[in-house]
Amino acid sequence: MKTIVSIQNLKKIYKNNLVAIKNLNLDILEGEIIALLGPNGAGKTTLISTICGLSGITSGTIKVKNLDVVNDYRKTREIIGLVPQELALEPFEKVINSIKFSRRLFGKKDDPIYIDNLLRKLHLFDKKNETIKTLSSGMKRRVLIAKALSHNPKILFLDEPTAGVDVELRKDMWDIIKELKNDGVTIILTTHYIEEAEMIADRIGIINNGELLLVEKKQSLIKRMSIKTLKVKLKNPIDKIPDKLKIYKLKLDGDGSYFLYNYKTGAEKTGITALLSDMRAIGMELKDIQTKQTSLEDIFVKIIKD
Amino acid sequence: MNLQGILAIYIYEMNRSFRTLIQSLVSPVLSTMLYFIVFGAAIGSRMEMIDGVSYGAFIVPGLIMLTVQMQSVANASFGIYFPKFIGTTYELLSAPLSFIEIVIGYVGAAATKSFSIGIIILLTSNLFVHIDIIHPFFMIFFLLITCITFSLLGFIIGIISDNFEQLNIVPMLIITPLVFLGGSFYTINMLPEFWQNIALLNPAVYLISGFRWAFFGIGDVPILTSVFTILTFTALCVLVIWRIFKTGYKIKT
Repeated sequence: MKTIVSIQNLKKIYKNNLVAIKNLNLDILEGEIIALLGPNGAGKTTLISTICGLSGITSGTIKVKNLDVVNDYRKTREIIGLVPQELALEPFEKVINSIKFSRRLFGKKDDPIYIDNLLRKLHLFDKKNETIKTLSSGMKRRVLIAKALSHNPKILFLDEPTAGVDVELRKDMWDIIKELKNDGVTIILTTHYIEEAEMIADRIGIINNGELLLVEKKQSLIKRMSIKTLKVKLKNPIDKIPDKLKIYKLKLDGDGSYFLYNYKTGAEKTGITALLSDMRAIGMELKDIQTKQTSLEDIFVKIIKD
Repeated sequence: MNLQGILAIYIYEMNRSFRTLIQSLVSPVLSTMLYFIVFGAAIGSRMEMIDGVSYGAFIVPGLIMLTVQMQSVANASFGIYFPKFIGTTYELLSAPLSFIEIVIGYVGAAATKSFSIGIIILLTSNLFVHIDIIHPFFMIFFLLITCITFSLLGFIIGIISDNFEQLNIVPMLIITPLVFLGGSFYTINMLPEFWQNIALLNPAVYLISGFRWAFFGIGDVPILTSVFTILTFTALCVLVIWRIFKTGYKIKT
């Protein structure tokens, strides 16, 4: 896949001397969904703001389709749509007028067919003549997406699109995002819901304190970083781990009724076979075996802590 | 140039006024008419002619100036402050629009509204007094440039204001007193000499005088001085706006 957004040595320092982004480098690929994960204040929104023109750049360059976002702002912004974190909408305006306004701002003439299709896709068609203030939060969120897509952008930035929305709506949003990806839209979303990144992203970037700690394909990240825990229940409880099994760094628990063994799923050898054969050799009998895989959330917490 | 974008802002702002027609149009026109009835018809009937012009007719240019200046500032300041307040400026900043285009959209709409109000007041004042306009084209030009300039001022106020109180401070505490004391209801020649000199420090005197000259061919100061004053003020506002956008002051983070 081609690079559609290229960020080189980006630095952003606010007027109060807060360093929001430190020398950040990132290439976003055409047609992918990339999720930027990070705690509050990590620099996710600042990053989006600098790309979209809401914030100035202290140093570094941002290119969209090889065009500089400062010098060629008209061309770069034409292909970008932005869904902000806040429900920022004029409350007294009708849905349809608000969406038309957004499209016109991008220099495009009205296209009722495109807009109607967009409204249908976002389940907003029957609300098009309603005043925004009468809509629920979920519907307002959809209006924001419709506004961002009104000029048919190739790149869509979603700044915490599901913050504060209920589970059902969140899943609806994920479906919408997946559908947009299928339509060829490159999607960059910031979130601090790990589950969200796990469900819809192709690649995951982790940002903390203005630094991009890693960017990696979701599956390979989980495979590389993931640790599985084997829980071995014993037929006869023990007082301590036998000397022969100490090399496995087992953790005895449940009053000696079971122990835990951690192993890396990406490693060449997990050590499970050797552990079980050593147990048999010293006459330990099994009652049950369970495994538990670490989630992306555990990985995220580990990376942030490190 | 993104003409479609400019037009979008312009139409959006005009539609907002149509949604609040009573506040946008009826209220300022009614207020001015009340001034006119009280000062023009009731008190004016007992006043002498001023430079050969009846008092009722004499105050018409001043009342129009008073209203259009207040309305220009109010419309333009609210026009840009409201998106700031509700957080929708992100749309403007992320669209392929230059800052000049954003200003043209907002200031154009605000100036159109106040210009329309000025013309409506002029037409309705004819119901009370007969007015012959000696220099009609100059009157239109002067009204238009005043609307644009005060809309630019309003835009600046809207940008720098952090709350609704600040939004009202300049119109209420500066513009209203200046226009009231700038000869809306009298000629400064009526004042004692000391106060005449003080009044000449008031920029509103030059604007009202220039506008009144367009109507009756008379003014407190030479017409070229009035034109120079309004154009200087326009240039000053443009300069401030250019500086605001260049630095991103209170617009970009």
